[in-house]
Amino acid sequence: MDMQVAKKKLSLKEKYKLLTRDLGWDTTYHTKDEVFPYVQYEGIKIHDWDKWEDPFRLTMDSYWKYQAEKERKFYAIIDAHAQNNGHLNITDARYLSALKIFLQAISPGEYAAGKGFARMGREFPGVGTQVACQMQSIDEIRHAQTQIHALSNYNKFYNGFHAFADARDRMWYCTLPRSFFDDALSSGPFEFMIAIGFSFEYVLTNLLFVPFMSGAAYNGDMATVTFGFSAQSDEARHMTLGLECIKFMLEQDPANLPIVQGWIDKWFWRGFRLLGVVGTMMDYMLPKRVMSWREAWNIYGVENGGALFRDLARYGIRPPKGWDDAEKGIDHMSHQFMLALYQYNFGTAFHSWIPSEDEMEWLSKKYPDTFDKYYRPRWAHLSKLKAAGTPFANMGLAKLCQTCQIPTVFTEPDDPTSLCQRETEYKGEKYHFCSDGCQHIFENEPEKYIQAWLPMQQLFQAPINGDLGAWMNWVSLIPGRDNGDFDGSEDERNFAAWRQQATSNQ
Amino acid sequence: MELTSTKPYVAVPRDLVENFNGKQIVYVCWDHHMLFATPLLLVVEPEMSFGDLLENVVRPLIGADPDASVVDLTKVEWQKSGRSWAPDFGGSLAGNGIVHKEQLRFSTPGVNSLLAAA
Repeated sequence: MDMQVAKKKLSLKEKYKLLTRDLGWDTTYHTKDEVFPYVQYEGIKIHDWDKWEDPFRLTMDSYWKYQAEKERKFYAIIDAHAQNNGHLNITDARYLSALKIFLQAISPGEYAAGKGFARMGREFPGVGTQVACQMQSIDEIRHAQTQIHALSNYNKFYNGFHAFADARDRMWYCTLPRSFFDDALSSGPFEFMIAIGFSFEYVLTNLLFVPFMSGAAYNGDMATVTFGFSAQSDEARHMTLGLECIKFMLEQDPANLPIVQGWIDKWFWRGFRLLGVVGTMMDYMLPKRVMSWREAWNIYGVENGGALFRDLARYGIRPPKGWDDAEKGIDHMSHQFMLALYQYNFGTAFHSWIPSEDEMEWLSKKYPDTFDKYYRPRWAHLSKLKAAGTPFANMGLAKLCQTCQIPTVFTEPDDPTSLCQRETEYKGEKYHFCSDGCQHIFENEPEKYIQAWLPMQQLFQAPINGDLGAWMNWVSLIPGRDNGDFDGSEDERNFAAWRQQATSNQ
Repeated sequence: MELTSTKPYVAVPRDLVENFNGKQIVYVCWDHHMLFATPLLLVVEPEMSFGDLLENVVRPLIGADPDASVVDLTKVEWQKSGRSWAPDFGGSLAGNGIVHKEQLRFSTPGVNSLLAAA
């Protein structure tokens, strides 16, 4: 008779040690510097990679198990959404504009983050760091994929979803997130970690995902809520990785502090500029509002961000340089963005519109100091032009910021009646900026930003040479369907007709 | 530092004037008139006279502002690169020293229908 031998089960700690830390080895054919050539040049000094703490202690085998389980649930719900015409449950077809912007501008960012973390998993010498970055890389690719799959259901019925990949590469408003990620991806590994791991995933992620996912729930969009939930448990891990990375850098050597602070200043500002679009979705594009951009900023920016920087003060870190200018812009930026999107909507693959009287009442309540004084008169004038049959399209096209690549729509921090305009000269060429924050970033590394591919400039160069029709073709924008005012659009008509069929016997 | 990099790195700007088929970029901004989301981006020949730029390019683009019809663009206050400036309306853009990506601003104090607060 065979003896039954109890199989020894590894403890979590042992498993983590064997499946993570033990995977590393000391190189002998090549020096460590040759194998990891990018960890020195940014000036960050690391003395002991083993001090890297991984609070999740997640090993690859468990990782696959959890993720596979989440995928099964996700696709079951997405299938149900498709089979039950879930697209007809949204509050109003205007909501689709928020989804189109998300798919064209944000999902490709997830994919870019996936590429970045794959590279970091190779470039960092520490094994704990390598494994954490590899997992995050796979997460990010999964997020891009689940978002694309969830939104592909809408593509069967509505315009503006069909060419998000072309939009990502070529559309003028998509260069804003793209330049953000390109900037991070062309930085060294430590700066990348501050850019994406810390500033984006830790400081700003709640401002992106919480309002957006709540917005989806408020507006009856089960598909988006589902990818939000499926990503949420990953985000907790990503935030921890970002925070761990910054603490690790600061604890390893006091000389790292000024470098890290410089990156925090830079990436807070870049991230803040990027999130202006989210504010616009919240204040203007969700037919059923969750909270205003101002309210979201108070919770996730002022309270949570403030607490974080108080916590980091013990390392000598101070709040980002642009913090006060950010605060001054909060009550203005969503209005400035939406007014811009409306006047350039001949060139957007989503619809915009003039807010209704009810919506203006809401805006005036949420922005008592700014909306009626500065922005309502402009909307009222735009309504008048539209009613007269001469809706305003700004064919002057937009001046863009050399750093963030956003149209320079922002006003002076202390004067909401003046556009903020900054310029500098570098090697005999003029460069323009939307803010002091963006000018500082440029002046710190001009050779990087003079290469910016500014879409308005490119429109007038070969091969488009200023031909708007050729440009639309090139960005896969179908005029009269994808672009323009929501009022009178095919999306508006189709949604109304299909909903009518679904809810009545007529 | 011009770029944090592993070795010396020299970049080429993507919007040099020679890429614009003989034209150049000029930005024009009407101060405090914020119906226009950003300064206007104009792509024009440097030989064009400044007066023609105002009459044939700028004026048609600012027509949506309720003040446009009462403003005489030859009588407004001009700034070039942040400094007060007196243009020669008959002279060319080049003759007026308006270089590629020049920022021009004009203001019309007291005329501002859409910004009563200003």
